[in-house]
Amino acid sequence: MYAISMFHTALALLLAPLLLGIINQTKAFFAGRDGIPLLQLYYDLWKLLHKGAVYSRTTSWIFRASPVVGLAAVLVGLTLVPWGGQAALLSFEGDLILLVYLLGTMRFFTVLGALDTGSSFEGMGASREVQFSALAEPALLLALAVIVQVSGSISLSTMYAALTPALWLESGPAMIIVAAAILLIYLTENARIPVDDPNTHLELTMIHEVMVLDYSGPDLAFILYAAALKLWILGSLLVGLLLPVHGQGWFNTILFFVGMLFLAVVTGVIEASMARLRLQRVPQLLVCAGALAVLAIVLMQR
Amino acid sequence: MNLWIELLLVSLALTNLALTSLCRLETCIRVAAAQGILLGLVTVALHSPAISLHMLVLVLGIIVLKGLVFPWLLFRAMRQARVRREVEPFVSFTWSLLIGTLALPTAMWLSSRLPAAHPSHTPLLIPVALHAILAGLLLIVSRRKAITQVLGYLVMENGIYLFGIALVGEESVLVDLATLLDVFVGVFVMGIAIFHINRTFDHIDTDRLSALKDWPS
Amino acid sequence: MIGLLLAIGLLIISGIGAMIASARPRIATMIGVGGTMLGGLLGIIPAIQVLSGHAIAPIRLPWSVPYGGFYVHLDGLSAFFLIPMLGVPALAALYGSRYLSVSDGRRRLGTHWFYFNLLTACMALVLIARNGVLFLMAWEVMSLASFFLVTFDDEKEHVRQAGWTYLVAMHLGTAFLFVLFILLGKQSNSLDFDHLGSAVGMIPANAGLLFVLAIVGFGTKAGFLPMHVWLPEAHPAAPSHVSAVMSGVMIKTGIYGLLRTLTLLGPPAAWWGWLLIGIGLCSGVLGVLFALAQHDLKRLLAYHSVENIGIIALGLGVGVLGMSLPSTPLMVLGFAGGLLHVVNHALFKSLLFLGAGSVMHATGTGEIDHLGGLMKRMPWTAVTFLIGAIAISGLPPFNGFVSEFLIYVGGFEGVSASHISPMIAGLIVLGGLALIGGLAAACFTKAFGIIFLGEPRSAHPAQAHESPWAMRLPMLALASGCVLISLFAPLVFTWMEPVLVITTGLRPDQLNETLVGKVELLNYVVILGVVFMAVALILLLLRHRLLSRRQVTHTVTWDCGYARPSPRMQYTASSFVQPLTDLFAALIRTRHSLDTPSGLFPRHASLTTNTPDIWREHFYQTAFKAIVWFLARFRWLQHGHVQLYVLYIAITLLVLLVFKVG
Repeated sequence: MYAISMFHTALALLLAPLLLGIINQTKAFFAGRDGIPLLQLYYDLWKLLHKGAVYSRTTSWIFRASPVVGLAAVLVGLTLVPWGGQAALLSFEGDLILLVYLLGTMRFFTVLGALDTGSSFEGMGASREVQFSALAEPALLLALAVIVQVSGSISLSTMYAALTPALWLESGPAMIIVAAAILLIYLTENARIPVDDPNTHLELTMIHEVMVLDYSGPDLAFILYAAALKLWILGSLLVGLLLPVHGQGWFNTILFFVGMLFLAVVTGVIEASMARLRLQRVPQLLVCAGALAVLAIVLMQR
Repeated sequence: MNLWIELLLVSLALTNLALTSLCRLETCIRVAAAQGILLGLVTVALHSPAISLHMLVLVLGIIVLKGLVFPWLLFRAMRQARVRREVEPFVSFTWSLLIGTLALPTAMWLSSRLPAAHPSHTPLLIPVALHAILAGLLLIVSRRKAITQVLGYLVMENGIYLFGIALVGEESVLVDLATLLDVFVGVFVMGIAIFHINRTFDHIDTDRLSALKDWPS
Repeated sequence: MIGLLLAIGLLIISGIGAMIASARPRIATMIGVGGTMLGGLLGIIPAIQVLSGHAIAPIRLPWSVPYGGFYVHLDGLSAFFLIPMLGVPALAALYGSRYLSVSDGRRRLGTHWFYFNLLTACMALVLIARNGVLFLMAWEVMSLASFFLVTFDDEKEHVRQAGWTYLVAMHLGTAFLFVLFILLGKQSNSLDFDHLGSAVGMIPANAGLLFVLAIVGFGTKAGFLPMHVWLPEAHPAAPSHVSAVMSGVMIKTGIYGLLRTLTLLGPPAAWWGWLLIGIGLCSGVLGVLFALAQHDLKRLLAYHSVENIGIIALGLGVGVLGMSLPSTPLMVLGFAGGLLHVVNHALFKSLLFLGAGSVMHATGTGEIDHLGGLMKRMPWTAVTFLIGAIAISGLPPFNGFVSEFLIYVGGFEGVSASHISPMIAGLIVLGGLALIGGLAAACFTKAFGIIFLGEPRSAHPAQAHESPWAMRLPMLALASGCVLISLFAPLVFTWMEPVLVITTGLRPDQLNETLVGKVELLNYVVILGVVFMAVALILLLLRHRLLSRRQVTHTVTWDCGYARPSPRMQYTASSFVQPLTDLFAALIRTRHSLDTPSGLFPRHASLTTNTPDIWREHFYQTAFKAIVWFLARFRWLQHGHVQLYVLYIAITLLVLLVFKVG
């Protein structure tokens, strides 16, 4: 039981960068290119960890602490997320709040790190990040509140354990809507199209990429790895909702992993087929996610 | 079966929300058309085990009229009046989406207060109907263009129709035919009127029609 | 009890001593500050005793005032509030001893310390008073003392204005409290709190009216929207250590008063909870939105007080709703979260105000857009301010998260309930708290990021210096308080049992069952918080190891190919929050005045934004204008002849006499 949760956590640590590779491959496929290698992020991380670093003279220790705090936050957060039909490594009532707020701490420090460089470019990214996250956070909590309501529990592991195929049959529409809301938040929080473009950082619409512009070496490796883990965490929340499998066994693990891969492909397809939204429209997207969550809750109340 | 009805009704509610938050006029018209078709499907689903022929004809009429004819008329009006494609709301899209969302719990609460007519139907029917009415009102009140007002009336009529099915069942056909006629005439007249207003005033913003009021401001 | 009264006495006597020694500012400061610190320490001891389970006997002395009586008692609720109310002023006084020294000789510091100690003494007295007359008297003196503290820089026009606003607001609030106590005491014919409690319980409509009176009266002090208008005026005007005391602890007397009234009013109705939740949501969201739009650091912090009072009200609302249902988890989580947030806010808000004071002391300006790069110049202030900023944003691992966590769990408990009313309340609380949290994080990344990070934006911060130790120590103490509460959250939570017994009206054994379960949650939160910090530390070491053998170079910030970057090109606070203030423009009505650049080589261009308080402008000013207009009708009564005024008095007395006799 516990060993399997450990195994799943280890799996996440190992495979999270792969998801980004799959997303990129999918995009390349749709664009008719060969694309960057599937394991590129692994090479990048390895290379960056063995490099020196360049720091701006403007920066203080906040700039150096920010990647470390960010990675620590997602690592702790990862232990709270149930995966593969199994309970998480740790679970207690209210762990979902801690998870959401750990991501908040990560963001707080990323934003401070960006402001520490004094670059107006990065300040701009930071400004957008806080705007969108201020709207994404309520949406995520409201979406999770729907699952809380369905399951009658306030711990992620038991919440997701209560999602069964029977429940899907009973209140399918509401569950689909929640999944849509979480998908929107997943895209926003991971800085994917249609909110942010992870590929370029030299355009004025960039958010996450531009905030980490001045990082190099191990710091950048930490940031990239933390971003991959964050993608894994939010992806697990979505896949866990859509794949109500339970009990232990290799089958579930494999099924869930295939689900994650599928999510990565879907993300790639979304990125390949959509344009980035105008920045003024992004808040509307996030309000829309919140509205969907509220809608789902209302639908549960019949 | 119930699941399908609910799925349709939820999609209806979603089209309501979409109408409150979309900024392209063409998309709005398409969504309104989709809503008309959904309305027909809901009627079929509600009566599905033993649907009478004249019901089927009516449904077909609704789908054709609301799904094809009205959009066509509206698109035509748009083209003729050379309307710009943005909706131009008084209230920003984000806020009107919020208001539209909050209208749903309100509708839910209102429907829980109303004496239920057909307890056999899904409990979502009346709330969604009320939500459509509220969303239609919101569209009428908060948008600048005459065309969006027509859309608002359409959405409201859809709500009234749903309400009719929920409350009186098959007899609602009569009521609905009457309203359908009203709206048809309305859309038609609006189409012509918009065209003429446009020719005379070079725009169709309703707020500027206030220049026609009796006393000068 | 005697110890506490002695402490209060010491506070007052040292205050008088400071005033007597006015001619010698240094000695006056020493007496005043020494008195506050000693009195504070002395007073905290009995409070800790009470919280650890030793009951203390009340003291009742005869008093010749009608309906009055010197009746004081220290129960759990009072003791819980008493600790921050004495502790924070003690630290703030130490800070103030250096903060004010720049103005040595110019002003009479003696009077300042007199009012400061009087304020502290009266706050303590408000908490222990068990008689309506005594309570109101202490309340009134507290307001007056703080008025004189606010108007310390009274040669400045805006300070006088702010003091005036504060005084008017306080008296309007107190007027409601007078009505409240008169109505409460009408039936029992006594204003002792024990009698008040037994007298009201019967008529629900009456209890509702009294509750609304208490909300308005105490809410004015606490800063509930829309009675908050005095906060953003008074806090920036007052010296920083006074703002810290007022914003950190004095406004909490309003919360205390509300809770005390709740215990007097008997079982609450559901709508009381809803009212509190509504007020909490409005205060929280609008407070933080207005804070976002501010350019002045202390004004920003003042609006954050409104926000945090909103969070506290959300917690209390959940608790009251839980009482009306009844549902023990909601009660415990709501009240515990709200009360813990009272203490947490006392710590981090006074810390932030002291930090703001240090910044202003060092740079001479509180204008956020003029600052920058203070991290390197004032490392201690920066670190403590950062801790405060993380805590106030409600982020783990610090204490703000712990109290918000409890309220969140209360909200989720409501959502998972089968009943519809707690469910909706839960959703409102969740959505509201999350939005408030996100916006607060935005606001404090702005405040910390723009003030302490980057490069100086003007000459002010460029030659800033770190504050002296007397100012640094209180900040360090408060920051370590924030850390300690987050580390010992479960322990603090168990200490709250006697407090919760009073507010919920449950028996200890009924309470314990729920309490034990929730303590376990906090254990997890704390352990994971520690794990979080440990992981961060390990990663830091790893990073250090990785870099130790590599080349680390220092250069300029990547400049986009532009060869002449200047600090003025940095993002400013106003531009940082512009997307958010634009998004919520409908609620906060920021005014822009834009001078657009024109021509090929534009010379002048400027953009000014200003976000005045819409409540003050649209609601109060209109109302007060109407009152002025109405009263102007009676100008003819005023002639300036003393004889006439004496005649008025005589006629009034005569009429009253006739009225009484006839």
